[in-house]
Amino acid sequence: MNEITPEIDRPHIPWPSHEDGGRGSLWNYFLLASLVVLFIWSYQGSEIRLAQLFSREGGGEILSYIKKLFPPDFSPPVLREAFRGAIETFAISFIGTLLAVVIALSVVFFASRNLIFSGLLYEMEPRRGWRRTLRLLPYLCAKSLLNLLRTIPEMVWALIFVFLVGLGPFPGVLALGIHTGGVLGKLFGEVLEDVDAQPIESLQSTGANRLQILFYSILPQVLPQFISYTLYRWEVNIRVAAVLGFVGAGGLGQRIHIAINLFFGNQLLTLIIAIYILVTAVDYLSAYLRRKVI
Amino acid sequence: MRNPSLSSISRSEKSLFPYLFGLIFLVGFLDSWWRAEVRPLAFFEKEGREHLWKFLSGMFPPDLSWNFLSLMLHPALETIQISVMGTFIAVVIGFPFGIIGTRTFSVGGVLNEADVKGSPSRFVLRWSGYVMARGVLSLFRSIPEFVWAFMFVRAVGLGAFSGVLAIGVAYGGMLGKVYSEIFEGVNYRPLEALQSTGANKLQIFFYGWLPQILPNFVSYTLYRWECAVRASAILGLVGAGGLGTQIEISMRMFDFREVLTILIILFFMVAAVDYISARVRALL
Repeated sequence: MNEITPEIDRPHIPWPSHEDGGRGSLWNYFLLASLVVLFIWSYQGSEIRLAQLFSREGGGEILSYIKKLFPPDFSPPVLREAFRGAIETFAISFIGTLLAVVIALSVVFFASRNLIFSGLLYEMEPRRGWRRTLRLLPYLCAKSLLNLLRTIPEMVWALIFVFLVGLGPFPGVLALGIHTGGVLGKLFGEVLEDVDAQPIESLQSTGANRLQILFYSILPQVLPQFISYTLYRWEVNIRVAAVLGFVGAGGLGQRIHIAINLFFGNQLLTLIIAIYILVTAVDYLSAYLRRKVI
Repeated sequence: MRNPSLSSISRSEKSLFPYLFGLIFLVGFLDSWWRAEVRPLAFFEKEGREHLWKFLSGMFPPDLSWNFLSLMLHPALETIQISVMGTFIAVVIGFPFGIIGTRTFSVGGVLNEADVKGSPSRFVLRWSGYVMARGVLSLFRSIPEFVWAFMFVRAVGLGAFSGVLAIGVAYGGMLGKVYSEIFEGVNYRPLEALQSTGANKLQIFFYGWLPQILPNFVSYTLYRWECAVRASAILGLVGAGGLGTQIEISMRMFDFREVLTILIILFFMVAAVDYISARVRALL
């Protein structure tokens, strides 16, 4: 009798449970409600006056402001000044990004776990030795240094450096280099931490020391990604360098600041066009280099 | 017999690119070094050393008095509010422009084959809409939010509202571009299937398009919100409300203890927002 009642062997497929769906949707409702609350709170707090924006008066104000920008001022002295500002902005972003690479490369090897205290390279060492603790120390220092550099925005670094070394493009270079150094350090660290282990192991088995392993198996693997991240940050930095001048750190931003404050609308438009061209050109250059190098 | 790998090696050896690139890089580097007025020893000169010492010793201890902290509470909250509203406006701007700026939605692709074929005027009309949307988005995002903020402060006055508008416009341009990239990447089979049942475009959009893009859409918007918090914290430097205004004031008054306090507040705020955003994204 048992052989012809195969019910027990039948796989048990549960009905879709309503409870699960209910809990999920409750959570969704909660999320939605908190989003709405956040939205209303923000709406009240941020002095939104959309009515003013679309009223004849407010809208007219904006329109008249835009009208004052046209036509752009293409007289030779303004163009020369815009050109000089663009070149200076380019220089700030270029040197700043290189400085960032130097900072990131000098810190990142201490800040990646698999190079400094754990993983394949150190598996022969005693687990809880004092040497391990000694290695943990630079790791933590490097990590927190990178965090510190990264958390403070470029503009605030620029404010600080303008105080420290005076007005001009140099504080802009330092600000970009320091902040971007933190960002690149984090990105490089992530690349280093998921490097492929097999080449390392095979080099290690030939008796290479750690420095040789670093140069012949780790760096060749990570270099393309390092370059790609650096180019990406350069694209970001050209945009930042264009506005660093607002706090006195040179470049196009300084000229824009002056043009806005003195209500030179036509010159302002010229400078904005200069930013547009510069940013677009750097984007294309960076894309070209990325294709070429990698 | 030609050996492809060998020929490619010899070709790459003959290429001028590395030398040319190295030369341009070197010239650019030297010129930039000179133009950026780099002074490597700035911190070792007497003046720089004195300023550095004044700054570092002036920073400690941070000003954690209740008086100052309660004064900072409102700007800190305002920063969050600016970022939320700014991101909202950015979505409102970026979404429609992103749709019009998606080639497969507005000009070509499966959906429009029947419409556009044999009707050049319609094609030109749609194409011009597409180009215009792309142009507007590109204009919005290539002017930095700082410049937008400065212009809006002139146009609508000091305060949080100009910060909201600046973030809304600049981030609207970025979001629109990324949205259109997400839209381009959808799978066409469901759309085609819907079309074959006779669904109109709006229905196709809601039932075929939206479900596919929603996770990417939400996660990228959240990522931009994180960026908006950082941006709105410093937009105050030009008078657009939030913590930046306070940093500016404290810096101008050389009160570095207050600067350090504000930086600490900023650190915790950004960390909190990153955490919330990561949690919500993990839910998707």
